[in-house]
Amino acid sequence: MRITRSVARRRPRTAVVATTGLTVAALLLTGCGGSSDSDKGADANGNITLTVADFGQFGYKEAGLFEKYHELNPKITVKEDTTAEEKNYYPKLLQQLNSGSGLADVQGIEVGRIKEIVDTKADSFADLSKVIGVDEWVSWKAKQATAPSGAVIGAGTDIGPMSLCYNRELFEKAGLPTERDEVAKLTEGGWEAYLALGEQYKKKAPSGTYFMDSASAMFNAVVSSSPEQYYDASGKPIYQESAGVEKGWQLAAQAASKKLTQGLAQFEDQWQAALRKSTVATVVCPAWMAGQISTYAGDANKGKWDITSAPGNTSANWGGSFLAVPKSGKNVDEAAKLVKWLTAPEQQAAVFKAIGVFPSNQGAYELPDVKNATLPYFNNAPIGQIYADGAKSIPEAVLGPKDGVIKDSISTQINNMEQRGTSPDDAWDAAVRTIDKAIG
Amino acid sequence: MATSTPTRDAYAKAPRPSKKEPTDERRQLWRSRLWRFDDKASPYAYIAPFFLIFGAFGLYPLLYTGWIALHRVSMTGLDSMEWVGWENFDKILHDPEFWTSVSNTFLIGVISTVPQLLMALGLAHLLNYRLRASTFWRTIILTPYATSVASAALVFALVFRADGGLLNWTLGLVGFDPVNWANGHWTSKLAISVIVIWRWTGYNALIYLAAMQAVPNDLYEAASLDGASRWQQFRKVTIPSLRPTILFTIVISTIGSMQLFGEPLLLEGGALGATGGNENQYETLSIYLYNYGWNLGHLGPAAAVAWAMLALLLLIAAANWIVGRFVRTSAV
Repeated sequence: MRITRSVARRRPRTAVVATTGLTVAALLLTGCGGSSDSDKGADANGNITLTVADFGQFGYKEAGLFEKYHELNPKITVKEDTTAEEKNYYPKLLQQLNSGSGLADVQGIEVGRIKEIVDTKADSFADLSKVIGVDEWVSWKAKQATAPSGAVIGAGTDIGPMSLCYNRELFEKAGLPTERDEVAKLTEGGWEAYLALGEQYKKKAPSGTYFMDSASAMFNAVVSSSPEQYYDASGKPIYQESAGVEKGWQLAAQAASKKLTQGLAQFEDQWQAALRKSTVATVVCPAWMAGQISTYAGDANKGKWDITSAPGNTSANWGGSFLAVPKSGKNVDEAAKLVKWLTAPEQQAAVFKAIGVFPSNQGAYELPDVKNATLPYFNNAPIGQIYADGAKSIPEAVLGPKDGVIKDSISTQINNMEQRGTSPDDAWDAAVRTIDKAIG
Repeated sequence: MATSTPTRDAYAKAPRPSKKEPTDERRQLWRSRLWRFDDKASPYAYIAPFFLIFGAFGLYPLLYTGWIALHRVSMTGLDSMEWVGWENFDKILHDPEFWTSVSNTFLIGVISTVPQLLMALGLAHLLNYRLRASTFWRTIILTPYATSVASAALVFALVFRADGGLLNWTLGLVGFDPVNWANGHWTSKLAISVIVIWRWTGYNALIYLAAMQAVPNDLYEAASLDGASRWQQFRKVTIPSLRPTILFTIVISTIGSMQLFGEPLLLEGGALGATGGNENQYETLSIYLYNYGWNLGHLGPAAAVAWAMLALLLLIAAANWIVGRFVRTSAV
């Protein structure tokens, strides 16, 4: 009897305890337990940490802007989380938007993606139209980030007016003129003239060097300067018929068959190494590219590079990003204020001064930091003048939701033509296959 | 188990003194019910956590993936799903890139699994000898397995780099031209299988070693009395005793190579890694799935790929089972 009593008293309880314990553990594991996210973004003293997630080079660190913001607003500390490649950054952003967690207070968005975000995710972002002075921007930049409802979900950081960066030393060795104006004159006739200059370069080129890094950059430049790009105004993909795409593709195929290019995938390791070793003579240079070149070519090549206007005389824009504020953040208002400050004329001018990323805020164009700007790294090229001239006359381009993927797929195939000698027809078919898959 | 210990029902049914108070009797009754309930329910409660976790992380994703595979759903709009039936399966089965990745997966699987298991057998055989500091050697061969895929792949990516990579530098010393490893169809597969082999050989060797130590020593003694050499002992005694273990490692390695993802993704990294090279020369099924779902943003076809992978694995398992039966019957 004693035995039964003691058993009766103990066993059910242990079983119950064990069961609840294990169930609770399982529930915790499956995420059904409560979360501790509900506490405010500020600590007891009202200090706030704002996070900025971006990619590539936004130039805020180089211009010391986050420290400056902290000095102006002692209670606010800004932390930057940078992903090197936008291609890795964007899928992560989409995942975070879907799950509603892991987002930073401020998120960068590239121009190739802005249309998709505006079309599908505008609800997740705060409307900045009341915060930033939309009228100050180059008009087409603001339009790119405006949702049908009229909400502006991104403040424009930079734009990418086109220029041509060239290596003076290599030009000299190949017997070409090295002065900006003379180089500009040689390529006045447009991209065909640029290729002709390439053939001239090739005749006397130092061994192991190439006229351009990748024909995909030229392709991009041609498409960017064309009114017809990948989509038409109604949102239909027209990349197969687009005159701009066709012209760009044929020029790229020519460059590949004439072996004027080293055929490097831009921004990848080997491309960075090529800049370090000075094996390419020209790089098609939207304003932000100057920062990339000076970073990867390094101090050893300072002063060897120069910048001149882009071939032809159609102005074009390539790239440029936006800063958006996710609604889910804990400090939406403070984040919006930070965005306003970062994209105000003075700060955009400071970034331009630091890394040559060109302002989208027209108010900055009259500031001395922009107007009289020269880049010491590029033999003191007067970039303020070169870019500002173009920026004001860049036409509005029709963007589409998959611009980024289309551009990347075509670039990959251009690399295949350059490196593997894939025939232009095969390469085009492969590009169409990938793009249709992406659009479908 | 239940038969060896008396169940609590037995206690409950034991005759009780009838002089007890009615309240006490009621308590007894309640208690016995509780016992009975406990007896029936607690085994389920004990195994419940497994089923809960399996349900949440195994079954639910599996079924939900199947559900997604029948819909058009995009990364940018997870909340809107449109029924399309078999269209996604149709799409991937007609995509040449899918078949490229199927064949890549199998080729990389074969050129990594076969040498890996052979080397593991050899290593295990060596470790099975009386060695000085044998524990040390056993730990050493397991260390590659303990490193993460990511760090191993990143280090090997440096070794195989076309420009300034360690391997090309070494080849250069001997007078060979540099090879663009990641760019070639065969060289890239070779590079990936080297990473896999490096990581898993020691792991398999330890499994073999454990099995070898279970082989009775008299077999070897008898064999050596009959004048069998070491090599003959290895072939005629060790290998036959290891048959089930070898089959097990083959199954495990096949599943592993089917899921090959980190190594190819990181070989070149960045945009090229996500598409398995610029001509998809080292794109595996997992990379294809990842690219479809995360780069192109179409979750429907990506889910269809996941189910296709499951189907392929079941096919392989069936083949393994048939081979296994054949091996077992032929061994008798």
